[in-house]
Amino acid sequence: MFWLPLILLVVVVLWVIAAYNGLVSLKNQTFNAFKQIDVQLKRRHDLIPNLVNAVKGAMDFEKGTLEAVIQARNQAVKVNAQGADGVKQISQAENQLSSALSRLLVTVERYPDLKATGNIGQLQEELTSTENRIAFSRQLYNDTATSYNTKQQQFPTNMVAGLAKAQPAELWEITDQAERAVPQVDLSMKPPAA
Amino acid sequence: MTDTGALNLFQQQEINRRRTVLLIIGFVLFFAWLGFGGDWIYSLYMADRPTPQQHTVWWFGMVLTALGAWIAWYGYRTGASKVLWATGAREVLDPQTDAERQLVNVVEEMAIAAGVPRPRIWIVPDPDPNAFATGTDPQHAHVAVTQGLLDTLNRDQLQAVVAHELGHVKNLDVRLMTTLAALVGMVALMSNGMGRMFRGGGRVSSGGGKGKGAGAAVVVLLVLWLLSWLLAGIIARLLALAVSRKREYLADAMSAQFTRNPMALASALEKIEAADAPTTSIKSGTAHLCIADPLGRRLTSHEGWLADTLATHPPMAKRIAILKGMGYAQLKHEGGAIP
Repeated sequence: MFWLPLILLVVVVLWVIAAYNGLVSLKNQTFNAFKQIDVQLKRRHDLIPNLVNAVKGAMDFEKGTLEAVIQARNQAVKVNAQGADGVKQISQAENQLSSALSRLLVTVERYPDLKATGNIGQLQEELTSTENRIAFSRQLYNDTATSYNTKQQQFPTNMVAGLAKAQPAELWEITDQAERAVPQVDLSMKPPAA
Repeated sequence: MTDTGALNLFQQQEINRRRTVLLIIGFVLFFAWLGFGGDWIYSLYMADRPTPQQHTVWWFGMVLTALGAWIAWYGYRTGASKVLWATGAREVLDPQTDAERQLVNVVEEMAIAAGVPRPRIWIVPDPDPNAFATGTDPQHAHVAVTQGLLDTLNRDQLQAVVAHELGHVKNLDVRLMTTLAALVGMVALMSNGMGRMFRGGGRVSSGGGKGKGAGAAVVVLLVLWLLSWLLAGIIARLLALAVSRKREYLADAMSAQFTRNPMALASALEKIEAADAPTTSIKSGTAHLCIADPLGRRLTSHEGWLADTLATHPPMAKRIAILKGMGYAQLKHEGGAIP
């Protein structure tokens, strides 16, 4: 029976390898999903100057709304992802930008002749899409990060977590309750009950 | 939800990988049987002839096995483009209209939500709302929707349907279903052709005197062998039916997971169901790829043995009921009011 412990040892070693690799792969997926949010946020930052230019001429009287958007955008571009609470800082700045944008869209909605010009409709579709992309990339990040966190805390994988240098990933919090409804921008853009 | 969802996803991917391999092996083995079976029968038939006439080199089997392997490889490589070609789809490379731009945006959004690369996007010029996905893996995937789908659904519903298709892409359903569609197409073509040849050829050979050479065993074998040629098409069809039903439920669930909006898919399915006309661009060989049975068969609306055996899709009413159940559970969880 001398081979019995040997087999057990082999099984344990194989399991440790599998668990370690599983954690590393989840860690990289989480990291990748986080980068994906960055990509989408960058897309939004690039889109905003176009949107503002498109409505600027027609909206001399809504200067405040436009300035809020530009300011929030510039603030969001400036925020650095480094540091311990990097995620928190970005999400704060981006949430501010989101609410400034939705105020702008509601305003645009109030001026039918502005909406009637063709490229505003296109820009609205682009913006809806951008907001959705950001929401979905956050969703993917949170889902991936949650399964990563669960994995590294669950027994018995938690015993390998230290070996794989697994740290709990911070979730992307949505502080603004209104933002929880994903198609929020849609609502402001479509006539009710469409 | 995420955790069990992930588990199901990996299981489903594994099942699809394995089944695709089994399908291809089965396909090649079937060709080997057709070939070597023929050789075997012929060698038995010629056994009492003098040696130079005997059938010793079984070249028929070798040729057919090689052909089968080549067809399987070719079908696997080009299945997606064959399917798209068969439906007359055109690729959306540079979106021109608002509807096309919205479609491209929606597909990109859903690719982000699913965590897969953006698939290539196609539009099938057909007024009936339907959609399908094809390809071999998420890196080589295609999503096609009909013009009717673009005209009928609103943005959220379109998003839910695209998410359903990306569910098929992500769990590798597309690999199995596309390979199957390609092989079914090949076999059906071949079976039709051979059936015609045998019916024509049978009369000729019965005219010639056969003598005492063939024993009863050879005749039985010959009949079996001929039958397998003729049945190939039917077997292939039944295979296509068997693989497609269960996975629709899973793809529906994945759509709900990606969009977090099961109600949108439920209402989209209701609209698709309401447009009862068959999707004429989509032939029976590719029916199992679609989100809803393109042939508009009444079977799909029932449950039971016959539907379980012959329908390509689960009953629409049941799919909608499950999705609405998810929607209500979500509302309850979030503390909202049920509309």
